[in-house]
Amino acid sequence: MARKLLLEHINVPGINTLDVYRQKGGYRAVEKALKTLSPEEVVEEVKKSGLRGRGGAGFPTGMKWSFLAKPEGVARYLVCNADESEPGTFKDRYLMTYIPHALIEGMIVSSFALGANTSYIYVRGEMMPQIRILEKAIAEAKAAGFLGQNILGTGYNLELYVQPGGGAYICGEETALLESLEGKRGNPRIKPPFPAIAGLYGCPTVVNNVESIAAVVPIINDGGDEYAKIGIGRSTGTKLISASGNLVRPGVYEIELGLPVEEFIYSDEWCGGIANGKRLKATVAGGSSVPVLPANLTLKLANGEPRLMSYESLSEGGFATGTMMGSGGFIAFDEDQCIVRNTWNFSRFYHHESCGQCSPCREGTGWMEKVLHRLEYGHGKMSDIDLLVDVSKKIEGNTICPLGDAAAWPVASAIRHFRDEFEWHVKEPVKSLDTNYGLANYAEPIAKAEVTTGN
Amino acid sequence: MSDKVKVTIDGITVEVAPGTTILNAARQIGGDIVPPAMCYYSKLEGSGGKCRTCIVKVSKGSEKDPRPMPKLVASCRTTVMDGMEVQNITSPEVIEARSGVVEMLLINHPLDCPVCDQAGECDLQNLGYEHGLQKTRYEFERRTFERIDIGDKIQLHMNRCILCYRCVFTADQITNKRVHGILNRGDHSEISTYIQTAVDNDFSGNVIDVCPVGALTDRTFRFRNRVWFTKPIDAHRDCPTCSGKVTLWYKGEEVLRVTARKDIYGEVEEFICNTCRFDKKQTSDWVIEHPTHISDASVIASNHYETLKPLPVIQNNPQLQQANKVELEKTTKF
Amino acid sequence: MLKVEEQQPVTFSSALIEKCGEIVKRYPGGKHKSALLPILHEVQAELGWLSPDAMDKVASFLTIQPIEVYEVASFYSMYFLKPQGKFVLEVCRTGPCCLVGAEKLMDHLEQRLGVKEGVVTPDGLFSWRGVECLAACGYGPVLQIGPEYTFYENLNEQKVDQLIQDLRDK
Repeated sequence: MARKLLLEHINVPGINTLDVYRQKGGYRAVEKALKTLSPEEVVEEVKKSGLRGRGGAGFPTGMKWSFLAKPEGVARYLVCNADESEPGTFKDRYLMTYIPHALIEGMIVSSFALGANTSYIYVRGEMMPQIRILEKAIAEAKAAGFLGQNILGTGYNLELYVQPGGGAYICGEETALLESLEGKRGNPRIKPPFPAIAGLYGCPTVVNNVESIAAVVPIINDGGDEYAKIGIGRSTGTKLISASGNLVRPGVYEIELGLPVEEFIYSDEWCGGIANGKRLKATVAGGSSVPVLPANLTLKLANGEPRLMSYESLSEGGFATGTMMGSGGFIAFDEDQCIVRNTWNFSRFYHHESCGQCSPCREGTGWMEKVLHRLEYGHGKMSDIDLLVDVSKKIEGNTICPLGDAAAWPVASAIRHFRDEFEWHVKEPVKSLDTNYGLANYAEPIAKAEVTTGN
Repeated sequence: MSDKVKVTIDGITVEVAPGTTILNAARQIGGDIVPPAMCYYSKLEGSGGKCRTCIVKVSKGSEKDPRPMPKLVASCRTTVMDGMEVQNITSPEVIEARSGVVEMLLINHPLDCPVCDQAGECDLQNLGYEHGLQKTRYEFERRTFERIDIGDKIQLHMNRCILCYRCVFTADQITNKRVHGILNRGDHSEISTYIQTAVDNDFSGNVIDVCPVGALTDRTFRFRNRVWFTKPIDAHRDCPTCSGKVTLWYKGEEVLRVTARKDIYGEVEEFICNTCRFDKKQTSDWVIEHPTHISDASVIASNHYETLKPLPVIQNNPQLQQANKVELEKTTKF
Repeated sequence: MLKVEEQQPVTFSSALIEKCGEIVKRYPGGKHKSALLPILHEVQAELGWLSPDAMDKVASFLTIQPIEVYEVASFYSMYFLKPQGKFVLEVCRTGPCCLVGAEKLMDHLEQRLGVKEGVVTPDGLFSWRGVECLAACGYGPVLQIGPEYTFYENLNEQKVDQLIQDLRDK
């Protein structure tokens, strides 16, 4: 059985209440940090743990914390990013629903480490039930003396609030989230300045994902060094993977980083294989923004070695043959799924969610969606395929925030690996409306010649 | 230690004050190496970063950290570091990316220059001329909005808007109350007041001057004339509300419109009030200074001043002089 | 653009005003604009949608300009700027849910309710729309119903029929 740090007690009845959570060792990290450690020591433990941001970018959390400016007399803020909206990702919802105190406890320890006296959890507005759960958990924690004035008699004060979003994927981008928290449109800010210098209300701010903050709890309990022993290389610790699509058992799994992808998909301990006895065609390994990979490149690296669930192994081969860990949203496509249709669906998502502030993303996402729609519905032209690649290149890297890249990568990668299928849609406009291209050679061992360089 | 920082743009080195942006450093050098700016406006705090036309390549970050920046950056919002090296027109990557941005700006633009009052003094037209493609690759219906009057003096053609946000910043920073803003999201975003209402404020007319395209135009000048047939003259008056320094646009004896004076980057020198702009259209309202200097590259210049001198062949030929009588009279008027 | 005469005056209940007052306390002094999104949710929960007058009232409550409220309300997809059915069924239409049948479910919903996406049924009870990813991809197809955003997972046609019946009986 793999080690669990976040979800160890997930099946204990009543774990969503403070009492049961405490019986299972909850709030030990708060006692330990506030009573025996200095804020700097907490930051040091997180640095030692090698924890990398679980929201998608994978930036080392301890390093992010150490960048926080600390000018005299200016408030500092910790904001938890619970605006989980990346298609394929639903781990934060799971964590907040079933074990909300893990997040509250992490928030207290992290706020203490950063010297924040007011912290916010920005939850996407659609998660109203989770907002209610968190509000209840906060009230419980406050009644038990873990929040408010003079926490546990240590002199540390912290108020924790839940802020609902209004329905906008872009607010998962940290500066858009801060704008939204200030009651404005969720337009990402132009950086620099980074939030660590000027974030919420112009004050130094750290924005961390739910899972990152929850992971601080085991790091403080067991020590950063212990945490770093789990995992592989620079991918330390455990990671929540949201598994969806055509799997026997989709759901949220806590894995030790370094687990082979093949084992994750097919082992009965995890997803249990592809549903309905079908074969795997493709995967999106880290949420909809990361490059899609055919089955063969999902399971194996270009050199034939097994691919692992780790930041490094998933991105092995760059964009030519690799993908990214992202937020851990693992989507599996069976042999009957149409890559063109799915690419259109994703590009419709990014078109819908573009904030409209900068021109390449505002105009380019809509353009790509329209071309893909035409291809999917049998009106495409052969030249559309190269047009899509070109438009995606004109968006990628030229926008204010990463949404432009996130919109471009799925399109570019789908064409890179599944060009045959796009061409088939053009050649067989009628047939492609009610039949699918099928598995083709996407699961076959990789011939060296196929590994061409992408953009 | 010097209190200036050194930055090299397209091989030309300049010393600027710390905190200067790449774009402003380039403007200090001047000439072709100045990146085009559609949304940045030096007089409006917080503007810039959105249109992405001013993107440049930073090939050396600074003396201290010489690593190049991983992506192209918006020169209007990136401050220079000592020893920074920047490529603008010397980088094919920048030129390619910029033409990509221009293409994006144009795919939903109506390209209705023949009936647009902004034609001739439109930043997007100039940009399209320099960087645009000959032919559009966009084969879908363009996004359209209703044309609306925001008040009796200003007309909004949302179809032409590139969402630079300049007019929003202007309303926030120059007027005392903002009633228009950006509604909706993504490519449905539009400038609007949401509920039908007049934008009515002493300084509201400035949104016309800051608009880089023909989205916000002066209703009192609507379809009166093409700008290149009018003659700009700098003038001033004693105004209790603003500086009173303006440009009058003449057609014959008649003042067709009044605008703020603009610098070589198309930015107003000083914002003017609505009384000066809309209500003072008699020569007698003004103290005339001199013809406005118009860049030779502008179509407005092409009919006037230095550039329109009768060709030598006309000067020596009475018959040709007679045939061009009207044109010749025009050139000698001011 | 709305015409002035389309506006209907609304009133906020005292409970709502009290709630809004509580929300404002979460933020540091002078930063009360932060309360805008949560307050709009509360107002919509009470009134069903955000009419111009409702938004103007929120603006004056927060001492901000009405346009600041319109800008925000029109940016976020959860706020309704038009009247809706009593129950708005929001079905996830993004990739992972489509892999497990969300598109078919939407077709079924359209046929069952007899109205196109975004249209209110003649009895005023229902409207439905496809929304982007609801972060429940492992349990798809999913739909949610405001104002408390109750969640229905692993849906199929029978479950949706039952749900519609249950809502009718309410």
